[in-house]
Amino acid sequence: MPDSLPSDSVGLVSPQTIRFDTPIELACGQTLDSYDLVVETYGTLNPDASNAVLICHALSGHHHAAGYHSMEDKKPGWWDSCIGPGKPIDTNRFFVVSLNNLGGCHGSTGPNSTNPATGKPYGPDFPVITVADWVKSQAYLADHLGIEQWAAVVGGSLGGMQALQWSLDYPERLRHSVVIASTPRLSAQNIAFNEVARQAITSDREFHDGRYYDFGAVPRRGLMLARMVGHITYLSDASMGEKFGRELREEAYKFGFDAEFQVESYLRYQGERFSESFDANTYLLMTRALDYFDPAYAAGGDLAKALAPASCEYLVLSFSTDWRFSPERSEEMVNAMISARKKVSYAEIDAPWGHDAFLIPTPRYTDIFTAYMDRVAREVGA
Amino acid sequence: MRPDLDIIQQWVQPGHHVLDLGCGNGTLLDFLQRERGATGFGLEINPDHITTCMAKGVSVIEQNLDTQGLDNFDDGMFDVVLMTQALQAVRRPDKVIEEMLRVGREGIVTFPNFAHWRLRWGLALSGRMPESDALPYKWYNTPNIRLCTFKDFEALCRQKGIRIKSRRVVDGQHQNSWLARLWPNLLGEIAIYRITRENP
Repeated sequence: MPDSLPSDSVGLVSPQTIRFDTPIELACGQTLDSYDLVVETYGTLNPDASNAVLICHALSGHHHAAGYHSMEDKKPGWWDSCIGPGKPIDTNRFFVVSLNNLGGCHGSTGPNSTNPATGKPYGPDFPVITVADWVKSQAYLADHLGIEQWAAVVGGSLGGMQALQWSLDYPERLRHSVVIASTPRLSAQNIAFNEVARQAITSDREFHDGRYYDFGAVPRRGLMLARMVGHITYLSDASMGEKFGRELREEAYKFGFDAEFQVESYLRYQGERFSESFDANTYLLMTRALDYFDPAYAAGGDLAKALAPASCEYLVLSFSTDWRFSPERSEEMVNAMISARKKVSYAEIDAPWGHDAFLIPTPRYTDIFTAYMDRVAREVGA
Repeated sequence: MRPDLDIIQQWVQPGHHVLDLGCGNGTLLDFLQRERGATGFGLEINPDHITTCMAKGVSVIEQNLDTQGLDNFDDGMFDVVLMTQALQAVRRPDKVIEEMLRVGREGIVTFPNFAHWRLRWGLALSGRMPESDALPYKWYNTPNIRLCTFKDFEALCRQKGIRIKSRRVVDGQHQNSWLARLWPNLLGEIAIYRITRENP
């Protein structure tokens, strides 16, 4: 808990729930007649509504991107390092909108919400949501907030995919798309890791085909394993090595299979913590959205062709030790943007933390992000 | 504006798509975008320069010519490919020039002349590697690993069937001088070449 809030924090914030009663048609063919989105905003929307920035979250993210909910909070929002007064996404200049995506488990309508048709939680009946569906729901959110055009749509990882999708689906509705530590499509290896995670969840005896809510059960073990395998892909060999090495919890080997190495106990702890706060069905849904994302697919695999409608400027950033979505994946995207004659800037940032580097403020990352967003702010008169 | 950049900007037409190899802090591209209505990219590897470009709104790609080449650019996608004061710092200038004229219709190249009289004189007199305003480094820490003379460059162009559309020679302060026009390889410090594979 902070004794007093840091001066570069957005301070105490509270989420709001926005109800949407206009049906949303989803890529899978189903329609949700009504749904809630939980949203936090930071900063002030200027009179011509030109200074709005949308933050798109990654797999396990949510609407609470910056600031604190109470003075008792141990940690600020998940991207507090980049959002706040004087930070890269400067809340003195921008009006920042951060939401929990549809299908999420932090208040927006998702598998653990009540299905009006049955009066019970949706569970496995909740439709599989795609990145394009999220973007559509975010566009409805923009309508609701009176934002015709975002100054920028920004996201890391799965969030970066949404920033990219925005530029294709609503080209006139954003000036800049900031795609960080992301990829234009998952590789077979990426999908394989997701499948292991899903298998861990669905094979948990407490999963009950996704209707665990009806049984008062939680597939905690499966969710924990899913998170453990996912977590490994977010770190680099070097950062794990530096953090844990081969360090043991006690002095000698015990010739058993309990968590003896520090890295084992760390992963178990992370997995357990996660399994207490995240919904298993949402995890399945999010990983599937990742798998399906492939904007080039409709253009016969030609990403440059798929990018044709885009009119925004792009900033693409990758991190040197990210092996989940490596710099090569970002470069693939950048090259397609170049071929399609889009405006794009790209940098590969040297950072030891693997995929997680997009959440950690290294000097070069902060400098570039600040320089770019400062220019965006000037462009929209913020 | 520096006279060499002033000469270059006259060769870029409104609407031209431009690639600037080693674009530095983006001064030239920024000018070409704002004043000449050009579009395009800069390639750069210096982190501070990249940040400055982004702050200016110059599209910049972090890309190392030595290791990555220009493979990611399509044939003929640029009207002009620029390379100011960077040719002497790449590992294979011959390949870079060929690549420039693959991805662009026209190339503009500037580099310091190693046959300038002061460098010749310095080497002859002291027996040490020459230094000058255009080449301010020591032999062991210089990024300029492929120094050449105007004559060398022109011989390379001939050998590769590249046509020199025009050549402008300036002194160390980037000023035009009639003497340098008369004896360029001796009196010119920096040359600005406009090259192409297209027939006149």
